[in-house]
Amino acid sequence: MTWIAQNLWLIPVLPLAASAVIAVNKQPQRKLAATLAIGSMVLAFLLSLGAFSAVLLHPNENGVFRELAGFNWLQFGGQWLRLDWVLDPLTAVMLVMVSFVSLLIFIFSVGYMAHDENFTRFFCFLSLFAGAMLGVVIANNLLLFFICWEIVGLTSYLLIGFWYHKPSAAAAAKKAFITTRIGDLGLLLGMVWLYAETGTLNFYTTDGTGCLEQTALATMATHLTTTGMAVSTAIGLLIFLGAVGKSGQLPLHVWLPDAMEGPTPVSALIHAATMVAAGVFLVARVFPLMAQSPSIGPHTTTVLQVVTWVGALTAVFAATIAVAQTDIKRILAYSTVSQLGYMMLGLGVGGVAVGMFHLITHAFFKALLFLGSGSVIHGCHEEQDVRKMGGLKKFMPVTFATYAIGMLALSGFPLFFSGFWSKDEILHAARGWPVSPVPFYLGAIGALFTAFYMTRQVALVFFGQRRTGVSPVSISNSVQAGHEKASPHHDPHSFSDESQQESLRQAGSLSYEPHESPAVMTVPLIILAVFAVLLGFIGTPAWPWFDSFLNGEPAGFDFSKLTESGTLGLMLSSAVIVFAGLGLGWWLYGKRLRKTADEPDVLQTAQPAVFRLLANKYFVDEIYEATVVRFNAWAAYFCDFLDRWIWGGVVVLVAKITLGLAWLYRFTDDFVVNLGFDTGCETLRDGGGGISKWHAGRVQTYLRVIGVALVVLIFFLIWGGKP
Amino acid sequence: MTPLQGCLLVSALLFAIGLAGAVTRRNAILALVGIELMLNSANLNFIAFWRYGPHPEALTGMMVVIFSVAIAAAEAAVGLALIIAIYRHYKTANLDEIRSLKG
Repeated sequence: MTWIAQNLWLIPVLPLAASAVIAVNKQPQRKLAATLAIGSMVLAFLLSLGAFSAVLLHPNENGVFRELAGFNWLQFGGQWLRLDWVLDPLTAVMLVMVSFVSLLIFIFSVGYMAHDENFTRFFCFLSLFAGAMLGVVIANNLLLFFICWEIVGLTSYLLIGFWYHKPSAAAAAKKAFITTRIGDLGLLLGMVWLYAETGTLNFYTTDGTGCLEQTALATMATHLTTTGMAVSTAIGLLIFLGAVGKSGQLPLHVWLPDAMEGPTPVSALIHAATMVAAGVFLVARVFPLMAQSPSIGPHTTTVLQVVTWVGALTAVFAATIAVAQTDIKRILAYSTVSQLGYMMLGLGVGGVAVGMFHLITHAFFKALLFLGSGSVIHGCHEEQDVRKMGGLKKFMPVTFATYAIGMLALSGFPLFFSGFWSKDEILHAARGWPVSPVPFYLGAIGALFTAFYMTRQVALVFFGQRRTGVSPVSISNSVQAGHEKASPHHDPHSFSDESQQESLRQAGSLSYEPHESPAVMTVPLIILAVFAVLLGFIGTPAWPWFDSFLNGEPAGFDFSKLTESGTLGLMLSSAVIVFAGLGLGWWLYGKRLRKTADEPDVLQTAQPAVFRLLANKYFVDEIYEATVVRFNAWAAYFCDFLDRWIWGGVVVLVAKITLGLAWLYRFTDDFVVNLGFDTGCETLRDGGGGISKWHAGRVQTYLRVIGVALVVLIFFLIWGGKP
Repeated sequence: MTPLQGCLLVSALLFAIGLAGAVTRRNAILALVGIELMLNSANLNFIAFWRYGPHPEALTGMMVVIFSVAIAAAEAAVGLALIIAIYRHYKTANLDEIRSLKG
């Protein structure tokens, strides 16, 4: 047992402690808050590096490196509930990624949130989030995992609603919380079922009885539910539901774009790099369960098929929506949803290593893009509408350069950028998927759209001429449906008077130049950009170090793998796809730059119906509004009716009956029992009073009585006694 | 009317006056006077029945009356002493206000 595995708990506890200390400090103590948060993250990062190196230096002979530690938490029934943590390659990689990205984003936030009066609260939440996320990563116990997972959900809620005085932010926070709750219900049910089946929630144990180890898996795979499905499949699907909620996969993706109402560092940290990756991480963690199947071979179990299809559909679905968005952060949000779909696709078709590799590379370049967009928003005085930006290349060179790197990485520009290698690996695995070729084509189409929308965004934001200073009124009657607020204003010190705010903004956009952000914001961008490039080389087909690291095999450099089994051809075709996307984007948006902010989009003029569909996100929100929300509202009304008239009526009836009985009792008491006693008492008292007069103590009265009695006696003796 | 009847009538009258005095007088001393009157009416009866009875030569009635007068004297002394003690205690000799034997 290495020292670091024994003390792995320090990594999440440090930020948690920092958060607790910040929470009890006063609002003006900004320096202390930032120092504590960043200091704890530095320590956590160093410890993570230690953990990583411990895994790295471990000899690979006996398979995957895995060390467990923990303690007995509480006892129920005859057994102890243990809280365990695990150090294995998966944990180590995630630890380093989460703590490093968090650290950079913390530093960035110091600059971004510098003028916010709730600076300390922000860092308190950020630290809480980081601690909980690191807890998710090290958990060897589904319960501990779930606890941390829920804290992560809570901080997500708190941070999306950080500017809670904005109604849109409060609504977005609520939406995020409720939507993820739906998924978490599945996770909870899966957890309970798993416990019922295996009697343990530990993933791994030293004696091989953990719920992800062979004996438990084999038992679960042979048990059947009433519908004939293997129990392991059912549990896997339930747990995947949790991942769907957290990672914004298809039916439950609606919260993630709205979550962009939060401060931009939050979007970068929680809703791009780490928290949403928790769902992918969950699938990777319980992958043995999902891959377990009694009859069919690995990679094609029902659960993995579901994962694959959900991921592939999400990837394309979200990528097409991103094409028609105008909010810089919303474009990135849909991009995130799409990339998370890729990760799920990778997990489904290629196993842990494929999905996790994309998760790691994506975390870096998406954090880079979000922080870059934060820098843009900051530099443009809280402007978020890409149609009103333009020409920022000249004003923000560092931001532009790093953003371009992030954009190329996300698009999957060949050879030099990490996104290319990770996405290529996913497509490669999808190509070889035995069940269906469709996910591969979906992924390829998604890649085309990804390159396209990123080119569109960069062309609109950084190239051309400045389009600020247009009247905000013309924006509101643009393509977007009424519910999407044009350019939400993110200034926390926003003026209460709306018209004053508008006039100031107009004046401001005319008089202020966009400016480059301070070094505290650009340095994290540069560091992230470096990693967005370099990380790709740890997972190329020629040197699949990442894959081998996760599987505990020695990594070998084999250049010939590049050419074998169609790898080269696939790389070429994906390169062609990327170039097509980039070229199309540049042809449509880069060559003919828009001159003013309110002219219609190129696609809008060409295909107004399609564009309208995409700009309104396939009307998913509206569909939910019309079905789920309406159903809920109806159910709520129904329950209200039941409560008010049926159950309420029963309660009132019971109350009335009781009241009537009470009246009856009171009447009986007052007029029967009490009256009887009262009368009895009065009679007795009167009698007593009458008798007591004979004992008045007047001797003369006594004498008088004696005299009268004597006379009576004499009369009686003389006349009365005779018969 | 025989002399005996006259004596008994006087005696009865005297008794009635004494009783009325003892019952109606507020003052304890006057009540005591009433009691003395009743006692003396009884003495008068003794004398009358002895004088006009079958053996006037035996001095039995006289003897009883002398005893009775002596006892009455002692009784009056005790009664007066009691009244003085009560008066000292209650600061009054009004029988209506003296209702209890405990202080």
